[in-house]
Amino acid sequence: MGRKAKFTDGVLIKKGPGRKFKKQKDPIFPKELIKSDESDKKLSSRQKKRQKKREQKATELLEKQKQNKITTKVLKTNEKANLLEQSYSEDSNESIDEEYESGSEEVKLNSKKNKEMRGFSDDNNKWLKPKSGKKIIKRNEDSDEEQDFEDDLNDSEFEEETDEDTETKLENLDDLSDDEIGADQDDFEGDTDIDDVEEKSDSDDLLPIEKQNIKLKRKLKKEQKESEAELQLNIASQETFKFPTKESEEEVKSLQDVQQRIREIIRVLSDFSNLRDSEHSRSEYLEILRKDLCTYYSYNEFLMEKLMQLFPLSELLEFLEASEVQRPLTVRTNSLKTRRRDLAQALINRGVNLDPVGKWSKVGLVIYSSQVPIGATPEYLAGHYIIQGASSFLPVMALAPQENEKILDMCAAPGGKASHIAAVMKNTGVLFANDLNKERIKAVVGNFHRLGVVNSVITSMDGRGFPNLMKMFFDRVLLDAPCTGTGVVAKDQSVKTSKDETDIQRCYNLQRQLLLAAIDSVNAKSSTGGYIVYSTCSILPEENEWVIDFALKKRNVKLVDTGLGFGTEGFTKYRHLRFHPTLNLTRRFYPHEHNMDGFFVAKLRKFSNVIPKSDDSEVEELVEETVDNNIQNVEILLEDTEKKGNNKNKRKFNAASEEEKPGKKQIKFGNSKKSKKDVDFNYDNQKKQTKRNLKNKEHTDIKAKSVQKKQTKLHKANEKNGLVENKKNKLGQVNKKQRLSPSKPVNSETEGLYVKKTIKSKIGKKIDLEDVPVEVGLKMKKKLKNNKKQSFGNLKDKRHKNKLDKRKQK
Amino acid sequence: MKRLSEERTKVLFEKLSKYIGPNIKLLIDRPDGLYCFREQKDRVYYVSENILKLANTIQSENIVSVGTCFGKFTKSGKFRLHITALNYLSPYAQCKIWLKPSAEQQFLYGNHVSKAGLGRISENCDKYQGVLVFSMSDLPLGFGVAARSTAECKLADPVTSVCFHQADIGEYIRSEEDLL
Repeated sequence: MGRKAKFTDGVLIKKGPGRKFKKQKDPIFPKELIKSDESDKKLSSRQKKRQKKREQKATELLEKQKQNKITTKVLKTNEKANLLEQSYSEDSNESIDEEYESGSEEVKLNSKKNKEMRGFSDDNNKWLKPKSGKKIIKRNEDSDEEQDFEDDLNDSEFEEETDEDTETKLENLDDLSDDEIGADQDDFEGDTDIDDVEEKSDSDDLLPIEKQNIKLKRKLKKEQKESEAELQLNIASQETFKFPTKESEEEVKSLQDVQQRIREIIRVLSDFSNLRDSEHSRSEYLEILRKDLCTYYSYNEFLMEKLMQLFPLSELLEFLEASEVQRPLTVRTNSLKTRRRDLAQALINRGVNLDPVGKWSKVGLVIYSSQVPIGATPEYLAGHYIIQGASSFLPVMALAPQENEKILDMCAAPGGKASHIAAVMKNTGVLFANDLNKERIKAVVGNFHRLGVVNSVITSMDGRGFPNLMKMFFDRVLLDAPCTGTGVVAKDQSVKTSKDETDIQRCYNLQRQLLLAAIDSVNAKSSTGGYIVYSTCSILPEENEWVIDFALKKRNVKLVDTGLGFGTEGFTKYRHLRFHPTLNLTRRFYPHEHNMDGFFVAKLRKFSNVIPKSDDSEVEELVEETVDNNIQNVEILLEDTEKKGNNKNKRKFNAASEEEKPGKKQIKFGNSKKSKKDVDFNYDNQKKQTKRNLKNKEHTDIKAKSVQKKQTKLHKANEKNGLVENKKNKLGQVNKKQRLSPSKPVNSETEGLYVKKTIKSKIGKKIDLEDVPVEVGLKMKKKLKNNKKQSFGNLKDKRHKNKLDKRKQK
Repeated sequence: MKRLSEERTKVLFEKLSKYIGPNIKLLIDRPDGLYCFREQKDRVYYVSENILKLANTIQSENIVSVGTCFGKFTKSGKFRLHITALNYLSPYAQCKIWLKPSAEQQFLYGNHVSKAGLGRISENCDKYQGVLVFSMSDLPLGFGVAARSTAECKLADPVTSVCFHQADIGEYIRSEEDLL
């Protein structure tokens, strides 16, 4: 810094305001306003003297007034104001004290003159007589309604208004152009209860426009009063709601009518015994209400009925209204990459208006408004946050993942909750994120890589298959089950009309299967975990409490507290359904109560790995029989496939029948004798298949091409059967181990895994098809299927070798 | 999930060394357990051995991704790094450039970096060396190849590009469908 060098020596730099610097001109006021200022001008000495005199006289006048008042009281005069006026008018030549404006004084003077000219007073009553209003009206060019009646009750100009609405002064028309006064009395509001003095002076000095204004205001007031009266009349008439007939129902068309009827019916229903129509029952009222709600909010009747069963009427309206409005946009800070404070600062710098989401979350931010697209800021792309509804935080908070755990998210897409889990685990342990939908799983991949989640395995398979692959393996499982989405109507309006009974049934069946699968894949003896969190974005009890209740009956699980500080308790009973009493530990969230999407969260703890058997032994036997039948079917089918090659329909049917009975399978699994049979049966099958393979090889020697085709066919044909058999095989293995060491079921499981791995490693080594051990036949087949090309390559090699051998022999 | 062949490992490591130089060994010798590169459907994944073991229990056709995807082998046998590798490249980068805020958006839409948008550049950056691109607030934005060495950059006029674009984090939105 420092002082600047004087480079411009000698050259004068002009200082002061530049060319563009212009002073604002003084404001120009209208003449009237300026005139009013003249009173402040300096007075000449004579004027001052006069002023003094005037003031003296004014004081005298005041004293006079007081005396006058007393006298008037005695004389039964009317009002103070009148008195004043009287006194003023009597000594009109004199000035008035400061309380009264000079303007009004002049008015008085003028009016006096006018009255002398036209008005009727005691003085001139000898020669002037009051005429009917008509003539006066004629004189009044501005208005028709204005009327004026002069009374000569008092000796001066006292006037009495007969009607509030028609009161205005006429006599002073000449003075209407008096600007000074008009300006002074702008604030006149048209009040009817003003002293006569003011009244008069007002009407005297108003501009025509102002007069009209006053008139208008009075009109409005009148109208208001009338409308209020009408409204009260209406209310009185509406006291009894008329039940609509068929004809009147056709008349109701506009949405406003419908809304009004909704309100009326709800009012009737809230006090039914008093307000009801004796001819109609409650159900009839509800019927109409439901139809009206359907038309007003455009739901289908089925869903509306469900909602009406779920909520009391007052709450129902709130819920429906809240479902129309979007919830506030929330983002979750990615604690793997940044802190909430830093993120908030960075976003505020980009012109985003935000706030923490609440005390219950340390990573959530609510976005109120934003100048930039919130899903495309560099911070978003760098993975510092993810856009996620506030309600989606809840299941993960309930799950409470610990570091170094093995956690499964069964239905993960688009990966919001799963990445939250990874962030809570700080990228330790393993996170399996699964989703059936191949398209949506791409979003999981994108989000995980963007957010820097590295401990994940992303899979795309049916979640119900997890217990077969990794039985009792995970510490915690999050199941955010697919649902009808009745809690997020605001996000997807199509839910309103698209859902019906079968949809819900389909949903809860799937949810039950998924929940059982989730429970089966959790290890109850995990040192830190053994928890399952079930959540849906639906509010229907069929998809929530009922599913949990089902799981409580089928598996060794119990409900535990979710650890969420808020939310309403789940139902323990709903209509005819009676759930387990601990279902009050589950939590429900509603858009109208918690300002987040409708949500349900339940936390289960698995206390035993044993799957309880059903009590009926007869049922068990029946099931076993069906299982036997199934096995026979499979055998027959296998023979069929050998003969024909493709008999897809039947096979599908059988596979489906196996899959559709998870409960039966489990029972079968519990019975050791059966499983032994299964194993034996499997071995038989394996022998058959290896024989088949050998046969195929002989064929290859003869006709390579045809064999290749056949093999592919066979692989395809055996795919489903193979899968089924695989399942059995694994079960068998586990059973064997359990028989060997029944005290350590957990270890047996891990050993089972180990066995699998050794088999795999063997497969990895083997190349030659002939050296395949019998036990590994199935495994090998599977491997074959995976490495078709490789195996075909081997076959080709063999054919080539054979040819070479033959040539050598020749 | 299979091991990389000798040849492919060599190609991969050569590519990585362009960006992180000798720091590759930090990727392999880690204090928190064994990490390895695995290949599936020509994609290369960098993952902890522990996780890999568990992932092997699932059929390979059902596995979509394991750990972090580094890139893919093209049909011609070259290796192409994906933006998903940025997590591991950015901390170990040899040569970095920082972009002015005005040029950030340009780069995130897939454009090359011109001299005008260059905020800073690390010293002794060779021509055609792999560079990591950061914003001025040290946010990794992507990576590319230096079109000019550091010395040449100083003399270049504002419109010449100093870094060729290869991958940027804008791809997470632009092409989420084919990230892998």
